[in-house]
Amino acid sequence: MNAQAKAAPDPQPTRARWMSTLARATSTELEAAWEKIEEHPRYALLRQPETGLVMVRGLAGGTGSPFNLGEMTVTRCAVRLADGTVGHCYAAGRDKRKAELAAVFDALMQGAEAGRVEETVITPLARRQAAERERVSRKAAATKVDFFTMVRGDNPG
Amino acid sequence: MYVAVKGGERAILNSHKLIAETRRGDGQVPELSVRQIGEQLGLAVDRVMTEGSVYDRELAALAIKQAQGDLVEAIFLLRAYRTTLPRFAVSEPIDTATMLVQRRVSAAYKDIPGGQVLGPTYDYTHRLLDFALAAEEGVGLPEAPEAEAPLDEGMPHVADILDHEGLIEEERPDSEGAEVFDLTREPMSFPAGRDQRLQNLARGDEGFVLALGYSTQRGYGGNHPFAGEIRMGEVSVEIVPEELGFAIDIGDVVVSECQMINQFEGSKEKPPQFTRGYGLSFGHNERKVMAMALVDRALRAREMGETAMYPAQDEEFVLYHADNVEAAGFVSHLKLPHYVDFQAELNLIRKLRQEHQDRLEKEAAE
Repeated sequence: MNAQAKAAPDPQPTRARWMSTLARATSTELEAAWEKIEEHPRYALLRQPETGLVMVRGLAGGTGSPFNLGEMTVTRCAVRLADGTVGHCYAAGRDKRKAELAAVFDALMQGAEAGRVEETVITPLARRQAAERERVSRKAAATKVDFFTMVRGDNPG
Repeated sequence: MYVAVKGGERAILNSHKLIAETRRGDGQVPELSVRQIGEQLGLAVDRVMTEGSVYDRELAALAIKQAQGDLVEAIFLLRAYRTTLPRFAVSEPIDTATMLVQRRVSAAYKDIPGGQVLGPTYDYTHRLLDFALAAEEGVGLPEAPEAEAPLDEGMPHVADILDHEGLIEEERPDSEGAEVFDLTREPMSFPAGRDQRLQNLARGDEGFVLALGYSTQRGYGGNHPFAGEIRMGEVSVEIVPEELGFAIDIGDVVVSECQMINQFEGSKEKPPQFTRGYGLSFGHNERKVMAMALVDRALRAREMGETAMYPAQDEEFVLYHADNVEAAGFVSHLKLPHYVDFQAELNLIRKLRQEHQDRLEKEAAE
């Protein structure tokens, strides 16, 4: 199923992938993942969690020139681990705690702990998100029209 | 002219208390939560997000609760809140071809790649009041069936099918990197580009845009439209933060999109071909995006070399009157004290009446 529908050209495809997974997580999920870590890493807030707007653009006709559709709320945060690694988060919505935890996990994913964080945090989140998308798509698919042609004089009974 | 009037403070304070009580309604009835509004009045939330021009379901639901269900007031609240937030970035254009489709229909082609997907729609309901929804015990937890397989990934736009044959005008970006007009930062200007018009229509009042779209169908505009495609679902939003320098995906928004296909007789330069009208909104707003697509096409009269004869083709008329926050503000300002103005008018009328009377008497005397 299409957890990653778009394969945008990207110099850091891997980081973009986990950042997108973290941005889509709920704060409950990230809080639970944080609680599971035995030794919490120390980190400093480079940028306090902050809510602002992103102007969302559409394209005329879906493929033409861009226009401004409207804004969406976004919360961002940046943290620095004790070893100097910097983690970022930009996530739709106004959840500050989530943005902070996502930035910490982004930083951890760039360090020695990456393998473990990938396995215990990113992969389960990505799996849950893909399953949710698949569920939405299956429900839509159940409303797909199966056309059949009625043949004159062929009505039963 | 308005003058500062003192003395209404207590009346205003008590009026606030009265509206709070009125909004709460009968205390025997449980209070509505913002989450309930978000979940169970979702289409109202979608309209408020679109015209309030901020995608945030919780904020829109809160605005609806605060405005006691008055959606135009809720839109005003959301617009006002928006001005308190900094803008971090402008997104990359959303790609509706990669939508996680929940609904997708075409009235132009029966057999489209990916199929006709009805999704959650009231189109095929009987429009009879459903008293089951009024039952004390509620409706429980209805569950929709799931198909064995999900829909095809990346459904192509129906207009692209015609595009391959050259039967419909191409829709390509005008020029890379051109400034995109932003109504939230610059005043309206004319002649308006399509970017300005589409932003205005997307934020525009649904009722106004619907009535204008309707007028084009009834002869006040030369459209002969087909609903080439209507689709609704989630699209991801990407930004390129300066500190990162690469695109990241910040989450999904649900959008509705409509591509109208219209006749075009051709001109000296162009052969006859179909032309496009486009509608896009946040959330599930099908009526709005269909109407928007009709008006978008009507407003393209100038570029098509058509004579603009009707209201829907007149961009100054449409763009200046589509915004319901501005419209409601200007109509509502009539409620502000005009005491001095009105005194002056009274004096004038009295004077004119006196002159009129004098003239009649003079004529009678002659």
